[in-house]
Amino acid sequence: MAHVAMPVDKIEPSYLEVTTNTHKGLLGWILSVDHKRIGLLYLYTMLAFFFVAVGFGFMIRLELISPGKTFIDAQTYNQFFTLHGIIMIFLFIIPGLPAVFGNFFLPIMIGAKDVIFPRVNLLSWYLFITGGLVAVAGWLLPGGSADTGWMFYVPYSVRTTTNVLPALTAAFLLGFSSILTGINFITTIHRMRAPGMSWFRLPLFIWSLYATAWVQVLATPIIGITLALVIIERTLGVGIFDPVLGGDPVLYQHLFWIYSHPAVYIMILPAMGIVSEIIPVFARRTIFGYKFIAFSSIAIAFFGSLVWAHHMFTAGMSDTAMFVFSFITFIVSIPSAIKVFNWVSTLYKGSIQADPPLLYVLSFIFQFSIGGFTGLMLGALSVNIHLQDTSFVVAHFHYVMFGGTGFGIFAAMHYWFPKMFGRMYNMKVATWAWAIVTFGYNLLYFPMFIMGYLGMPRRYYDYLPEFQPYHFASTIGSWILILGLIIMFTNLFVGMRRGAKTPKNPWGGETLEWTTQTPPIVENFHEVPTVTTGPYDYSEYEVAKKEGT
Amino acid sequence: MSSSAPTAVHHVHRDDYGSRMGMWLFLFTELVLFGGLFIVYSVYRFTHQQEFHIAAQELNTTIGLINTIILLTSSMTAAMSITAMQKGNVRFAKGLVWVTIMFAFAFMVNKYFEWSAKIHHGIYPGSKELLNKPEGEILYFGLYYVMTGLHALHVIVGVVFFLFILRHIGQGKVHQTQYVRLENAALYWHLVDLIWIFLFPLFYLIH
Repeated sequence: MAHVAMPVDKIEPSYLEVTTNTHKGLLGWILSVDHKRIGLLYLYTMLAFFFVAVGFGFMIRLELISPGKTFIDAQTYNQFFTLHGIIMIFLFIIPGLPAVFGNFFLPIMIGAKDVIFPRVNLLSWYLFITGGLVAVAGWLLPGGSADTGWMFYVPYSVRTTTNVLPALTAAFLLGFSSILTGINFITTIHRMRAPGMSWFRLPLFIWSLYATAWVQVLATPIIGITLALVIIERTLGVGIFDPVLGGDPVLYQHLFWIYSHPAVYIMILPAMGIVSEIIPVFARRTIFGYKFIAFSSIAIAFFGSLVWAHHMFTAGMSDTAMFVFSFITFIVSIPSAIKVFNWVSTLYKGSIQADPPLLYVLSFIFQFSIGGFTGLMLGALSVNIHLQDTSFVVAHFHYVMFGGTGFGIFAAMHYWFPKMFGRMYNMKVATWAWAIVTFGYNLLYFPMFIMGYLGMPRRYYDYLPEFQPYHFASTIGSWILILGLIIMFTNLFVGMRRGAKTPKNPWGGETLEWTTQTPPIVENFHEVPTVTTGPYDYSEYEVAKKEGT
Repeated sequence: MSSSAPTAVHHVHRDDYGSRMGMWLFLFTELVLFGGLFIVYSVYRFTHQQEFHIAAQELNTTIGLINTIILLTSSMTAAMSITAMQKGNVRFAKGLVWVTIMFAFAFMVNKYFEWSAKIHHGIYPGSKELLNKPEGEILYFGLYYVMTGLHALHVIVGVVFFLFILRHIGQGKVHQTQYVRLENAALYWHLVDLIWIFLFPLFYLIH
């Protein structure tokens, strides 16, 4: 991007040294309204929860390595997969990209000093951390942690004696936090863009955050009220969903998925935005089909909000409703495919530099495609009857959520790391970590497709001996994956502390965050930038390449 | 990590349009929140038409009507206080905010008598009286308590919002040329009013 006012390269104390209040140390972080510090607060808390949830996932897999009891009993197993789901979904994947990287980079990428409501931004982190702590309290209090699965299906969630209330309250608070972030982002994108930053000069990550924020604002209140109703039903005995009091449990499922399906797009859309940022930089090519990628985000957000009942094809619905929901599910694949084609077209004939951020992105495209296609299989009514509630479904959403969004988060961490901390990690180790993580990941989840297709039910504690080879391979995969994760995070941590200092723009990025000091100063820019071209302007490279220079 | 001497940095940024936009987005979320309840209501009204019809006759339409008039009038006084502020009549604007709060109080008093009358007749969640009624009536009263209760909670939040505004007026943070907070409080109050406009026919009028 060319700029009229190129920022001067004077070195000022960065946001890591100066805060927005007069406190030092920890208070300077947890009371700071600087969007970059808030982004890092989210990053650290979110990663802490991620490691805990990985631990639960590890134990679920370990238990399943052989049929029958391996080392935990069935009730503990139920609680572990519930905890794994609740933490991963509400405390890691939903806030993962918007709250961490959205907070950190949204204002910088549009040339603003901060988000429009900085104090609301800090409040949403406090809601997040309170929600997290309430959830933790639920595991530690007598009575045992919830064993309902992350979906809290009624009537079991009203009847079980485990601590469902803290889990519900936590999800409610986290939803509120997500709503406030969404409101902040939409208003910021509308009101805070730098001079010349028109809508079609916005980086694609911002477009995806914009679509995500609308889903956060318009869908999250539904889960809020639904979980509140379950809380009221459990504590006050008001009849709403419990069939004994005339309620309809299927209505609960509808309300739950009216939010929780769009929530899937809250998770995946920002990851697609990251991919659209990274590919042009590492292929040294202007992105192919900018407007198509931008509008496909909006289309995914729109159609994705109308497909929720495809989670309930076996729960009891009219044939017409099933047909309509199945059809719209198929429609969502069109904008998703448009994105994939545009990414691949951008790579085509590019000067590809296979650094770790791009490697994670390539894994993303491969795994997201598998996740997407199996999603179509599940969206087909006839196949769905066979595959509903099998481990095929587990494999499908892990391919989208982990293989997609999770790898998107890893890509973003490796891509923006030098800008955030001013230091670089070890590239060689990062590349090895990527290879191990990708291999372990696929070994962990791919067997689940096969055994699910053969009839292995999801969430079962025990299984028939014929499924043993698949479970065994899958558990080995989980060990390799965790090994890769340990290498990756150790490498990043060491890089953060002792890595070599990096220049302003180590990757050759063309978006605004690469024009400012590394790490950025508190107000992001020395003077407000003026934007004169769209993002990803690599025309010079492309011309040079054609002429063979 | 903040080792060097921290210098406080303040962003002086004022964007009234942006503030109102944020408020509108928040109001959308409130509408969707109640929207979830309206879906539940419509589904159960559809599946238990007869019983909803009978249960609705328990409610006192007169009290409901009085409360509707109270809320509509309070929305008017809230809107008037903005105009008064724009014209620089701070005392009058403050007075109108107080009148709005008084109306909210009157609404809650009515609500209190209405609920206690129901509870006195043994109609409350989990009561023997209620559990002996048919399923549709249990659902009706469950929703009645949840929806009017959640609405009453919003009335209280609105009052707290207005009390903050009064304090800000006193501190000079809200004045003739800077009144977006008062506008946002009034916007919130109109939402509280609007939701009641839907609750009133759903519970009191449709028989």
